[in-house]
Amino acid sequence: MAVTAQPRLDAERIRADFPIFEQEIHGKPLAYLDSANSSQKPRPVLDALRTFYETSYANVHRAVYELGLRSDAAYDGARQKAGAFINAETTAEVVFTRNATEGLNLIAYGWGLDNLGPGDLVLVTELEHHSNFVPWQYIAHRTGADFAAIPIDENGELRLEALDELESRGRVKLVACGFVSNSLGTVNPLERLAAWAHERDAVLVVDAAQAAPHRPVDVQALECDFLAFTGHKMCGPTGIGVVWGRRELLERMSPFELGGEMIRKVTVERTTWNELPHKFEAGTPPIAQAVGLGAAIDYLTGVGLEAIERHEAELTSYAWGRLSEVPGLILYGPSPERRAGIVSFNLEGIHPHDVAQVVDSEGVAVRAGHHCNQPLMTSLGLSATTRASFYLYTLPEEIDRLVDGLHRARKLFS
Amino acid sequence: MSELDSLYREVILDHYKNPRGHGVIDGPDAEAEGQNPLCGDEVSIAVSFEGDTIADVKFQGRGCAISQAATSMLMDMVKGRSAEEVASMSREELLDEVGIPLTPVRLKCALLGLGVLKLALHKGRGTPLPEEWAGLEELELS
Repeated sequence: MAVTAQPRLDAERIRADFPIFEQEIHGKPLAYLDSANSSQKPRPVLDALRTFYETSYANVHRAVYELGLRSDAAYDGARQKAGAFINAETTAEVVFTRNATEGLNLIAYGWGLDNLGPGDLVLVTELEHHSNFVPWQYIAHRTGADFAAIPIDENGELRLEALDELESRGRVKLVACGFVSNSLGTVNPLERLAAWAHERDAVLVVDAAQAAPHRPVDVQALECDFLAFTGHKMCGPTGIGVVWGRRELLERMSPFELGGEMIRKVTVERTTWNELPHKFEAGTPPIAQAVGLGAAIDYLTGVGLEAIERHEAELTSYAWGRLSEVPGLILYGPSPERRAGIVSFNLEGIHPHDVAQVVDSEGVAVRAGHHCNQPLMTSLGLSATTRASFYLYTLPEEIDRLVDGLHRARKLFS
Repeated sequence: MSELDSLYREVILDHYKNPRGHGVIDGPDAEAEGQNPLCGDEVSIAVSFEGDTIADVKFQGRGCAISQAATSMLMDMVKGRSAEEVASMSREELLDEVGIPLTPVRLKCALLGLGVLKLALHKGRGTPLPEEWAGLEELELS
């Protein structure tokens, strides 16, 4: 018999690492189905934050005393972990930001303002989160470049055949695309987009906020040029994110924020910039948050990203089946095997807000709204959806409880 | 009565399913629309005046039961009153009528229609804008 190491995780055991699940909500166990919004935090991350503040905290990169050195080591160690997590060639390419949004703005301002102009075309997709849409729309407007969105088909997948027509609008300079859609869970064909963009000497920016927590991400294999993700969706603290960029691009870019730490020499006449990645980290960085992100990366790699991806694939397929049983329920986006652990739906005649409110009374937390995806909602002809999203601690029973709540909502509004 | 039943009490569900003053006015004297950026609720309101009095008022929208029911109740409350009076109408007056416990998030849903109506009156009659509608600017790119 062939031995194949199919990685599997034990969600019940993992759940015990997350103190938030030790409480009840409205007298019911918490079913947290909103991890695409933000994830819960395991004890090792909480402990790392506390231990760091209690034993090693000082500002970084400026102290000669022992505590400062410990803080430096912890902060730089977190950068090493973040770089290894996405298979960056060097930590010079790994910039800490506040979140993915700040990372994407860093690229838009730092690269876009200097490299875009009239006659150029910036392409995003209809699936984009506003954080990988609005900065490009704004910078295109500022620079006089044209701006367009790659449309989706009826399954919520990118219509790459539309690229030829879009291309006739201008010189394609940049393509910005999410790895995984935060509303529909669509996994985008990044390899094909990277090849298409590079044939045109355009750069590919990847928003990996919904991918990095849930599946292996390898910037070298993806052949992208920039990639951003955030800590709080991957068991880490808020206030910390990462933007990765190809060294030669980052070296040629202007800084985004200016001030302390990002300089080499300042005089009244002129200022020169610090080396990578510090050129892009003005001011005191989120030091403890970076350490917390490092602990989260250790936790996730300890469980295994392949195992997490597989667990979520099983949950998604289970949820697809259970939700399909609910009368009047409409599911959006691609079939389960072509998506990540995110499911968006509507119940006929009931607004998502009301759906979320009713299931909350059962202790089930789901997101309702446009999910920072208004162009996508417009494309789907909707104003909002209800969204359930899964993570390594999600159990099939929680999906059952969601389904029970949906039946209750139907009854209430019948 | 459970928390849920008091939120979705009969009168709310009735206004949601059978909204009063729902529709359009041909050639209105003033109109405005607004969204709740948190959830995408949308309401548009049209008003026609006779002198300074609100002779007719109609709304259209997509949104949760709370936002649509509260706007429906508002239509009943303001018809026949003066623009000035409605422009200074307190949120409490509407919330008393809605009469359900609301979390801060749902409060925004309940008050969306009132804000949009005051915006329409501002456009049509120059009445003051409520604070939360002041300073709104658009990034018009096309």
